[in-house]
Amino acid sequence: MTEISHSEPASVLEIENLSVSYSTRAGEIPAVVDFSLNLARGESVGLVGESGCGKSTVAMAIMRYLGANGGIVGGKVRFHGRDMAELDAPALRRVRGAQIAMVYQEPMAALNPSLTIGEQLREVPLVHTGCAPSEAHALSVQMLRDVHLPDPDRIMASYPHQISGGQQQRAVIGMALLGRPAVLLLDEPTTALDVTVEAGIVELIAELSRKFGIASLYISHNLGLMLEVCDRIGVMYSGELVEQGDTETIFSQPRHPYTRGLLDCIPLPHADKQERPLRAIPGRLPLPQERPSGCGFGPRCESFQPEICGVGPIPMDENVRCARWRDIDPRDSKPGGDSRPDNPLGDTILEVADLRKHFAIRNNSLRAMVAGRTVRYVKANEDLTFDARKGETVAIVGESGCGKSTLARVLMGLETATGGTVRFQDAEVGGISAGDRSPAQLGALQMIFQNPDDTLNPSLSVGAQIGRVVRKLGAETDAAKVRERVRKLLDMVKLPAEFAARRPRQLSGGQKQRVAIARAFAGKPAAVIADEPISALDVSVAAAITELILDIQRENGTTLVFISHDLGAVRYLADRVVVMYLGRIMERGSTEAIFSPPYHPYTEALLSAVPIADPTVEKRRIVLEGALPSALDPPKGCPFSTRCPRRIGAICDEEAPPSRVFPGGHSISCHLSVDALEIVEPVIALKVDAS
Amino acid sequence: MSDIANNAHGASLLRAIGLLRESWIGMIGAGLISFWVLVALFAPLLAPHDPLAILQPFAKPGALHVGTGSTLWLGTDNLGRDILSRIIWGSRTVLIYAPLATFCAYAVGIFMGLAAGYHRGWWDMVLSRIGDIILSFPVLVLYIIVIATFGASGLNIVIAITFASAPGIMRLVRGLTLDLRNRDYVAASHTRGESAFFIMLVEILPNARGPLIVDACVRLGYVIITIGVLGFLGLGLPPPDPDWGGMVNEGRSMAMIFPHMTIIPCVAISSLVLGFNLLADGLREVSLRD
Amino acid sequence: MVIFVAKRLAFMVLTMVAVSILLFLILEISPGSVATKVLGPYATDEQKNIWLERHGYFEPLWYRYFAWAGNFLSGEFGLSHRFKVPVADILWPRLWNTAILGFWTFAFLIPVSLVLGVLAGMREGSKLDRTISIISVLTTSIPEFASAVFLSAIFVFGLNWLPGTSGMIKGFEFQQLILPALVLFLYDFGYVARMTRASMAEVMTTPYIRTAVLKGLPYRLVILKHALRNALIAPFTVIMLQLNWLLSGVIVVEFFFAYKGFGALLLEASLNQDIFVIEACAMVAVFVAVATQTLADIGYTYLNPRIQFV
Repeated sequence: MTEISHSEPASVLEIENLSVSYSTRAGEIPAVVDFSLNLARGESVGLVGESGCGKSTVAMAIMRYLGANGGIVGGKVRFHGRDMAELDAPALRRVRGAQIAMVYQEPMAALNPSLTIGEQLREVPLVHTGCAPSEAHALSVQMLRDVHLPDPDRIMASYPHQISGGQQQRAVIGMALLGRPAVLLLDEPTTALDVTVEAGIVELIAELSRKFGIASLYISHNLGLMLEVCDRIGVMYSGELVEQGDTETIFSQPRHPYTRGLLDCIPLPHADKQERPLRAIPGRLPLPQERPSGCGFGPRCESFQPEICGVGPIPMDENVRCARWRDIDPRDSKPGGDSRPDNPLGDTILEVADLRKHFAIRNNSLRAMVAGRTVRYVKANEDLTFDARKGETVAIVGESGCGKSTLARVLMGLETATGGTVRFQDAEVGGISAGDRSPAQLGALQMIFQNPDDTLNPSLSVGAQIGRVVRKLGAETDAAKVRERVRKLLDMVKLPAEFAARRPRQLSGGQKQRVAIARAFAGKPAAVIADEPISALDVSVAAAITELILDIQRENGTTLVFISHDLGAVRYLADRVVVMYLGRIMERGSTEAIFSPPYHPYTEALLSAVPIADPTVEKRRIVLEGALPSALDPPKGCPFSTRCPRRIGAICDEEAPPSRVFPGGHSISCHLSVDALEIVEPVIALKVDAS
Repeated sequence: MSDIANNAHGASLLRAIGLLRESWIGMIGAGLISFWVLVALFAPLLAPHDPLAILQPFAKPGALHVGTGSTLWLGTDNLGRDILSRIIWGSRTVLIYAPLATFCAYAVGIFMGLAAGYHRGWWDMVLSRIGDIILSFPVLVLYIIVIATFGASGLNIVIAITFASAPGIMRLVRGLTLDLRNRDYVAASHTRGESAFFIMLVEILPNARGPLIVDACVRLGYVIITIGVLGFLGLGLPPPDPDWGGMVNEGRSMAMIFPHMTIIPCVAISSLVLGFNLLADGLREVSLRD
Repeated sequence: MVIFVAKRLAFMVLTMVAVSILLFLILEISPGSVATKVLGPYATDEQKNIWLERHGYFEPLWYRYFAWAGNFLSGEFGLSHRFKVPVADILWPRLWNTAILGFWTFAFLIPVSLVLGVLAGMREGSKLDRTISIISVLTTSIPEFASAVFLSAIFVFGLNWLPGTSGMIKGFEFQQLILPALVLFLYDFGYVARMTRASMAEVMTTPYIRTAVLKGLPYRLVILKHALRNALIAPFTVIMLQLNWLLSGVIVVEFFFAYKGFGALLLEASLNQDIFVIEACAMVAVFVAVATQTLADIGYTYLNPRIQFV
């Protein structure tokens, strides 16, 4: 089935000067411009870039699935030496799924909800090899074993919604590999998954690619992941490939200013929010219709020189699309931004003690009524204790389902606590919902939400929304004074004053999040809870927003409760960290204490799972086996016991772990003894032969 | 609060009209509707005769009026009344009662839907059950029973239509509210201590307007058909007010020899309903492209 | 699942009871007006009182309701004062006639609208889609009486192919069913076709259809196996609810074509204040409505694997 061309035996996939455009009512919009990349057998190439850079479009163009509006307007894609444009429809169908296969970002959406996993898997060999149904079934079951899914027969008979996200993605990967493809396209395959699940999937892909000799094109925005997974990397910006090369070289000696800028945006272990803050890339990603005529990155590049860089499209020069790369001295630009003075910490303003939040789930099925269990409880928060001082940044870290969002909602009064106390500014607020709190209390504690698209009312102008908060919480009623405050707030978040008249749909994600920040600070809060404020943003935008939040915090002495699953950002921002798992606190302490041994086993696994975009850092590999227990039926003992690689024995399942205390306010909930915890080696260490 | 409410509605209407220009289906619909609205507005100027005046029975379209010598463009009906004038004045009847009834239905439905979707719990249970009970009546059956019991009058028709349509609107608004109340900006309002009224009217309702406007156009079409059907069945406005449905019924027995008496009002009503349906389609198309 | 069905059935009964109370209150609350309606406007007060006494109208309200409800459940609907026979004797044959009309309408409606809807939604924006959409909009804009007028003008008066009325005087004649069924079909087809088209178009844009195509499956398989299974869930409920609509729709059609069906009966009864017939017809109509709604709910839950019964 595979034809090996004799002209270029090493390259399985050759993309040559590919250009893709979409025709919309606004005209023809280029999505990919002059893109060239080769994929050799068994090679893993990463394509990295921020949203809108065209990386997913490249994958769609390879598959020739661009929709009614899209079309390849230039260049060629050659598979095994054959130009894919020459394939007729039946030939294309034979290639898809069997020779070039794809894995998608959202596994739940990529699977048909009305067909069982088995039906969807069996189709691949049935259609491509014409084998008997029984053989297709056997092949599928074997593939499920190859992707390490437990109980394959049960999964074959299940519907997609009956298995977890990680299991779904394994099934999708299995489905892609059933055709024995030569090339695997992976479009953000782990973005929608938890970090610890992601680690397992990444390892699986690497193992299977090696086993079957598959060339893979790995598309992602996560630079750290690329470092771990790929042999070579291509960096894309605004539809163009701006740099290409060996993974290690790209990371240690980036040549293109954008690559350098991107690496500067990522909070790596050696960044420091005071001495070496992140350096966001100035400016904004151009809209596809407004791409500049010269270098695409020019307007934002500090080495831009109009005579050289602004004249015409810049060609690739030794795998870098920069006219001046040889002249730019990497030592010219500081590795970090201007240093930031230290923030003095004050008294404790937030005290959470033994907080409990249970949700009642009513089960009205016959079975439950007979068993006498019609009401069960989801223990979203159980025995939470921590505090925050004035001016401090406390990070709450955990994966999905750990209860951190519920914690935020209880603190804000969107939910009321089932038990325990929350004291804010010397007043008990845990049991008081937002509607019953005084305006002063409300103004003193505000929130920044995760999704910038949902955080603003689409029907109101920016100024009206901020103005409303000023009126309600800022005790300002005079229209002119309100307008003045709005202008000051927009200035504080570095948005021009005329944005007050704009509607949210005219703003980018980063701009909307800035407005959300302005809104949160409108009432001059003493503390702000930020629930994953940068998770939905591109890397460069996230860096800018992070720095903005830190600057504002510095100026106002605000306490920041930063909820996130992004350990890199947490390490950068936080003074103290609380690690949560399934509703309970596993470990608590200063940032330094958390990120170095002794660790809670979960923290250890978490640190190992998070990809780090620094080639000088070495990581120990810990992959968690087992499934996340259901929140309805948490284990009686330690919630992590079902997956813990350092589980001692039955005591972990049955008894709640004691709190092991270490110096400096560092505590770990674990049955392991203090000594056993202390002798653990660090997860992250600098490489011995670092250059 | 009024300032913020104004802000929500102001510029969006102009923008909607501007956008509509991009859908030719919507433009045709808008054109048809505008035509009939203008006819209804200028009825006194446009109608050549008094719609109730008896001229000459059974004149075919294009025949000459014996008395004045002017052309009876659409002929006359069995009683001798000028059909053209009756169509023109009939458009007024329809274009007064249909929007009025639809508006009342929306007022009730929006209120019920917001309350049910936002507060949930008891509000939702009670309102939804009431809505389901009303909706379980086949619509025309409900109208017939109500009007046959309480008599036919403009007010009763409006009340009957409001009663029958509100639950459907309530369901739609409830669904939209249930979805919108989970948005972060609604949570942000909670954290400011905003009242339920504020949240329902400023945060939720303006953001539901897209589907509601499309539904309103389609529903207006249905209501117009309903008014026509009621007139046709003899349950409409009491005579002698010209009512397109009633005109069809009156001309039925003579349909073989004088088809114009039934066909012309049918064309009139169909074109008006078509206008609303096309407008709804156009708005839907435009909102998807946005 | 059992609990779910039981709950729906219980709700159905609750609705019937609530509606019956409402109906009872509207129609039978004042004994005086009932007597007037039954005996006519010229009856004397004494005659009315005798009749009311005999039929137990001087009992307390709640007692009267339960007696009435009891009668209803046993099929005893009272006497139609217009037709001078027990209501049950007219109601069931008329209902049967409407059922025949409904059956033939749906026999064409379901396949045609589903097929056209799927074809239109499969290739959104294509010429076929535009044509089907335009035809659908047109037919839903023409009220039934209007399309009856147009069709009569063409087929009865113009071409003389079909009879103008459907009184079925000489026994059952299929020819007389054609126009009424065609009118019903035309009006409803547009709506169902558009709902199907919308559902299909939405399914075609989902990620799982993209997965199916990029797996290299033949187009036929993508549509028949992957798309239809999801796209037809919504139209199924729509079609079930059209049964409910049918009871309203037939009124105009039966009136126009003088077809002796349920709708014509209800209309006549309303116009003549034939109170017991109205009650019986209303309860039957509500029963059918609620039953189809319940079936639609159960069917939808069954068809959609994502809905789990805990």
